[in-house]
Amino acid sequence: MKVLVTGVSGKIGRLVAARLLADDHTVIGIDRRPWPDAPEGVEMFETDIRKRKAEDVFRTRRPDAVIHMATVTHIRKSSGDRFRINLGGTRAVFEYAHRYGVERAIFVGRHTYYGAAPDSPLYHTEDEPPLGLESFPELADLVAADLYAGSALWRFPDITTSVLRVCYTLGPERHGTLAGFLRNRRVPRVLGFDPLFQFMHEFDVARAVATALNASLRGVYNVNGPAPLPLSVIIRRAGRQDLPIPEALLAAAMGRFGIAELPRGAIDHIKYPVVTDGAAFREATSFTHEHDEYETIEAYKSALRRGFP
Amino acid sequence: MDRWIQREVKSRVEELELPFNRDGIDPFGISKRHVARFMTMLGWFYRRYFRARVFGIHNVPTSGRAMLVGNHSGGYAIDAGMVIASCFFELGPPRLAQGMAEKFLAKVPFVSAWTSKTGQFTGLPEHAIRLLENERLLMVFPEGARGTAKLFPERYSLVKFGQGFVRLALQTNTPIIPVAFIGGGEAVPTISNLEPLGKLLGVPYIPVTPYLIPAPLPVPVSIHYGEAIHFEGTGNEDDAAIVAMVDEVKGRIAALIEEGRKS
Repeated sequence: MKVLVTGVSGKIGRLVAARLLADDHTVIGIDRRPWPDAPEGVEMFETDIRKRKAEDVFRTRRPDAVIHMATVTHIRKSSGDRFRINLGGTRAVFEYAHRYGVERAIFVGRHTYYGAAPDSPLYHTEDEPPLGLESFPELADLVAADLYAGSALWRFPDITTSVLRVCYTLGPERHGTLAGFLRNRRVPRVLGFDPLFQFMHEFDVARAVATALNASLRGVYNVNGPAPLPLSVIIRRAGRQDLPIPEALLAAAMGRFGIAELPRGAIDHIKYPVVTDGAAFREATSFTHEHDEYETIEAYKSALRRGFP
Repeated sequence: MDRWIQREVKSRVEELELPFNRDGIDPFGISKRHVARFMTMLGWFYRRYFRARVFGIHNVPTSGRAMLVGNHSGGYAIDAGMVIASCFFELGPPRLAQGMAEKFLAKVPFVSAWTSKTGQFTGLPEHAIRLLENERLLMVFPEGARGTAKLFPERYSLVKFGQGFVRLALQTNTPIIPVAFIGGGEAVPTISNLEPLGKLLGVPYIPVTPYLIPAPLPVPVSIHYGEAIHFEGTGNEDDAAIVAMVDEVKGRIAALIEEGRKS
């Protein structure tokens, strides 16, 4: 199949592209960022997904499938920017997909969609609405993009759409929210709280996305790997120093003493768990993760020794 | 650090039929180490402080899903702790009874981490269903905080039962084991509940005893397990049908309380 991947220059995007090539697909990449050493078989277009040039790619290349990964999760970006990219970009991708006869579409979203709150259950199923948005409005655009992508299921029934809610990732690329959170030597934790964190190996994420494509999956699915671990265990196993700090002091300590900065609402995400039930995806695709929780942390840890990019 | 954990507790934790990983953590985040510490503490209260006596423990199945449904009394959930201890210390193999904790507890530092690591999750229907589907032993107090708020003279009465537990039992085809706890009202003889102070501290209320602080007295307590009740249904029945089943469970618990007071 001819597969268009948006956000292809990102760490996971590149892994997905490599995976697709290995599965004998041809890959067209769109990204604002360059991918100078893109492998042969990947046709790169350096453009914003909302620009005319991106639509031209759809029109002239006529992809069979599109994998939309061009979403911004850095909280540091202004929320207006994020809204425009995450929601406007998602809208554009589905519009073009519909207009130019794309058969399959995959939206790669995040399990943080469900939110972290004291009254949220462990093992969210796909039918659950998001929680905790009021305390973490920065997540609103990701939630909106997820639901918007899901609406393609009824708006464009001719496109086989799947929305994947992927858990945190760890691995050699050291990419993503959890990897970033663990990057400093001392990792803060809210004293008296130790939530479960669900993560999977970066390679397994790429495999899961490719699996969803090959299985022609339709619907909304949680994607996860090994069983979750408490944050304190992950911190220790990653060779980091576990630094429990009373919540009141944590806000003041962030950005100092080698402690990463977090937006206020994100504190709920290190107090309460976001754990999803991935049974439906595994059943629909017979996907199984190849890397267990320990290998995954170890891969991240040994990559850390090479220094952070 | 964990030297004070008794050998007995340690070996019983090993016997628990939970899918622990190599860090001693199960898929719900229950931690062997924390369960061992928790049981060591509960065990001391269970055996030394309250000298708990247990009747009818054979009614608790040693494997498979089951729902323990009991009465509350005495300020806060001593009854829950003692039921957990009895299932751990009296059953062979031991079982971890998993309660449905009050929602505010998840927000309290340390309590939050401890409840989640000892399997005492927030009382959400999603948690109840998932635990039962995983063949766990669920512990439910349908009186909720209304039950622990009973004053001393009301200690053996039962207040309004929620209905959710019966619907969950029907939905998951789970046997209900009625439980009566005797002595909670004597352990924490509540003369008043301070709701404004509780609100200030983020809890529903603070119980006040004749000696002011709500520390429990070392009175003997007993736990009485009744025969399992199996209801047939889907969980989507009319309220009237559910209420009848709730009343049957409530009646069985009331009868167990009467029996228990005589023993």
